[in-house]
Amino acid sequence: MRAVDFQPTEDQQHLRAGVRGLLAGRYGREALRASVDASAEAGAGVDRALWRELGEAGFFALRLPEAEGGVGLGLPEAVLVFEEAGRALVPGPLVATHLAAGVVPGAAAGTAVVTAFDLDGPLVAHLGDADAVLGAAAVPAGEPVRSVDPLTPLHRVAAVGDVSAYRDAGALLTAALQLGSALRTVELAVRYAGEREQFGQPIGAFQAVKHLCARMLVRAEVARTAVYAAAVTGDPGEVAAAKLLADEAAVLGARDCLQVHGGMGFTWEADVHLHLKRAWVRAEQWRTAAQAEELLAGELLGSAGSAGSAG
Amino acid sequence: MDLTYTEEEQDFRARLRAWLAKVLPELPARPSPDDWPGRRAYDLGWQRRLYEAGYAGLHWPVDAGGRGATPTQHLIFLEETERAGAPYVGANFVGLLHAGPTIAAEGTAEQRARWLPPVLRGDEVWCQGFSEPGAGSDLASLRTRAVRDGNDYVITGSKIWTSHAEVADWCELLVRTQPVGADVPKHRGISWLAMRMDAPGVTVRPLRTLAGSAEFAEMFLDEVRVPVADRVGAENDGWRVTMVTLSFERGTAFVGEVVACRRTLGELARAAKANGRWDDPVLRRRLGRLYGEFGALWRLTQWNVSEAGRSAGGVPGIGGSVFKLAYSHARQELYDTAAEVLGAASLSLDEEWVPDRLSSLSYTIAAGTSQIQQNIVAERILGLPKGR
Repeated sequence: MRAVDFQPTEDQQHLRAGVRGLLAGRYGREALRASVDASAEAGAGVDRALWRELGEAGFFALRLPEAEGGVGLGLPEAVLVFEEAGRALVPGPLVATHLAAGVVPGAAAGTAVVTAFDLDGPLVAHLGDADAVLGAAAVPAGEPVRSVDPLTPLHRVAAVGDVSAYRDAGALLTAALQLGSALRTVELAVRYAGEREQFGQPIGAFQAVKHLCARMLVRAEVARTAVYAAAVTGDPGEVAAAKLLADEAAVLGARDCLQVHGGMGFTWEADVHLHLKRAWVRAEQWRTAAQAEELLAGELLGSAGSAGSAG
Repeated sequence: MDLTYTEEEQDFRARLRAWLAKVLPELPARPSPDDWPGRRAYDLGWQRRLYEAGYAGLHWPVDAGGRGATPTQHLIFLEETERAGAPYVGANFVGLLHAGPTIAAEGTAEQRARWLPPVLRGDEVWCQGFSEPGAGSDLASLRTRAVRDGNDYVITGSKIWTSHAEVADWCELLVRTQPVGADVPKHRGISWLAMRMDAPGVTVRPLRTLAGSAEFAEMFLDEVRVPVADRVGAENDGWRVTMVTLSFERGTAFVGEVVACRRTLGELARAAKANGRWDDPVLRRRLGRLYGEFGALWRLTQWNVSEAGRSAGGVPGIGGSVFKLAYSHARQELYDTAAEVLGAASLSLDEEWVPDRLSSLSYTIAAGTSQIQQNIVAERILGLPKGR
């Protein structure tokens, strides 16, 4: 028994492995590329069948009490599950629908698709598929805009909504998605650097490439610590730090992964750009870097009298 | 995942806090940084108090004279002593954090009995003779020779960056006991010796750092005799023995410093508020970001310590390289930010944080440069191929 410990328990590791298995079978690379191709023709849409399967697996009802038909688990379990979804680049408003479980009918089971006013400004993601929007009484009308991420359609809306009640949990779960993506880009970069040969050796044998990969891992591991710790404490400052560090790990991780891939990294065919574009979207959701840093600065000044918190 | 403290741990914290409140006001004034005999006496005096109160070697195994405390209790100890402003480990650094744990892990019963109690009691100071002018990052290429002569090794060579050499009683010394050859790669043929610093043939010359102080020294060894009995581990197996030491250095040795950095951040925020620079959103955000980063580094420290508790023998894992890379960078960023808080006052050595800013420049170099750490992470964690 250790009191200060972030190592996921055996049950938590099983849960994560289960979700990884489900997503590998149901949303592997082929499915990812198929949804990218489909989005080019018909526009991106949420795969309702996948959404229901995620619902049946407890993805959305995870934190709902068992008495209300949920799984009765907490944020530590939720971040592990969202980390896997981020790794697989599952499209759709995962965080908003999860937060809507128990609030919007059908969200817990995955029969409803719920998005949220989680972006600063007039844009809303996945509006066209949404049965409900967190923070709004009804689904508002919106004008489609061309989205940088092929799998995150965006609409411009006139309405505004209030999601402040969901902001901390939304930021943390989004950070977990970023963490999964960051860890995945490390794997992709390391694999490519080990396979691709130039000057008669794998490019990963060159220190310039090694150091890019090492820094990716350092950022991802620091972010992982922040995300897991914030999931256990639920402390708003730690959640803000988790979002800040995970956003950076995901965005810079995808950037470095692109660089390691060289010319291939600049192609549509490689998956790297999908990680980068989604990371850009998530960085704007729930709590931006500027907001997180201001929140942390406020906490720092507040704590300056007591010289940091215990534990 | 669990972050709560048990009742026993909370009780441990409360007793420690009460003890610190009692003894810290009784301590003598701190000696000046250049007063080496004074620093030795001060640091050993503090260690003696820890020993008498039962806090020395807290996390060392009981059979090595330690208290067998849990990793969490060790963390609480480091956190509370730092928070209370207790003396830093100082001249006891090598004894408590490098040589001692290495002897505890690799030494014979006699060696443990000879060397560990004086470290814990605050009687003896150790220094580290690893690096050489020609062997820095490539430590295994060290050339200081040890030739067997009866029951002694006769040692000739030179060492560099030896902290506390001027006041040390013992040196943990790496020597080559077998020359590099076709069948002997450079990391074989190295042995780990405990050398008396007052042995004939040992010459110490202080080296001045860019901060202006003589923090470390060069050490010249001219036919110094060290008994074979003072070798820890097998002959020619010193590289493996050393790796145990270095993993301690990279794993948990920086716990107190992370706590100190968090305290410094709080002081920086107060100072910025007082001088008006807090109103600059760029500086404010930079401080907020560092607060988040050091919070995560503190959690990473906790994680590394609990990982070390899990692994056999309590040797910190390779995650230490990840930590050191992130921490050394963040620490330099912290003091660059301090300079921004100070403005032009940062040019005065009399300002708080300015000497620390200078010292922080060593963090990406000492105990394995960031570039070497990145190689370790890339090759040993990520499995990337070694270059030709």
